[in-house]
Amino acid sequence: MYDLIVFLALLALGYFFGRVAESRHFKSIREREQQLASVLAFSERLPPPSSTPRRVALVGGSVVVSVDYFKQVAAGLRSIFGGRVMAFETLLERARREALLRMKQEAADLGAAMVVNVKLETSSISKGNKGQVGAVEVYAYGTALIELA
Amino acid sequence: MLVSNIEIIPGKRISKHLGLVQGNTVRTKHLGRDLMAGLKNIFGGELKGYTELLNDAREEAIQRMTQQAEAMGANAVINVRFSTSSVTAGAAELFAYGTAVILE
Repeated sequence: MYDLIVFLALLALGYFFGRVAESRHFKSIREREQQLASVLAFSERLPPPSSTPRRVALVGGSVVVSVDYFKQVAAGLRSIFGGRVMAFETLLERARREALLRMKQEAADLGAAMVVNVKLETSSISKGNKGQVGAVEVYAYGTALIELA
Repeated sequence: MLVSNIEIIPGKRISKHLGLVQGNTVRTKHLGRDLMAGLKNIFGGELKGYTELLNDAREEAIQRMTQQAEAMGANAVINVRFSTSSVTAGAAELFAYGTAVILE
């Protein structure tokens, strides 16, 4: 009985705080994406040809995002029936967009107008702990091209 | 030392190719941060402590890589890649590798 109350309380806390944190995060991501829209990111391997001299620099951004309790339980239930795990899809989307934004921010601070050869790397950390998905890390990196005026 | 993850640096020619250089570091976080992360696992959200830790570790991996390149007499590392793997529970390895070259 006691366990059930703790479980439900954790579930409610996770659902409520997780929801709020997620919608707030998405809002801030959308805002910053607007601000940084002038920095272009390409997955092209080579920079486009240009006659003006340019300097290059490695830029990157990383973020570690944790799942909340509700998502963990929801995903656990999902794995019984199979199918799309919406809870984790939004988590990973948040992490990727955030990492890209941080990379763009670093490029913008250097005065770059574009980032080429962007790679995204995802790894799950603290997976080893028993029974928990823990957190995912996303690292986005690329080469910023800085025009020398 | 120029570090980049593209193969050709615009406006520069590679005069000598020196081979692969690499740098790695294995890091773990202290117990306090682990506890905080455990709490965060209920509420969700960004684990700032871990983000910082991994950023520092990545910097160090890059630094070790460039040191190795310097020792070879290179002035640039191109085509840099990163890789992360968790060795055991609570420890992560950050690995950076690339090609050391001499640019004109």
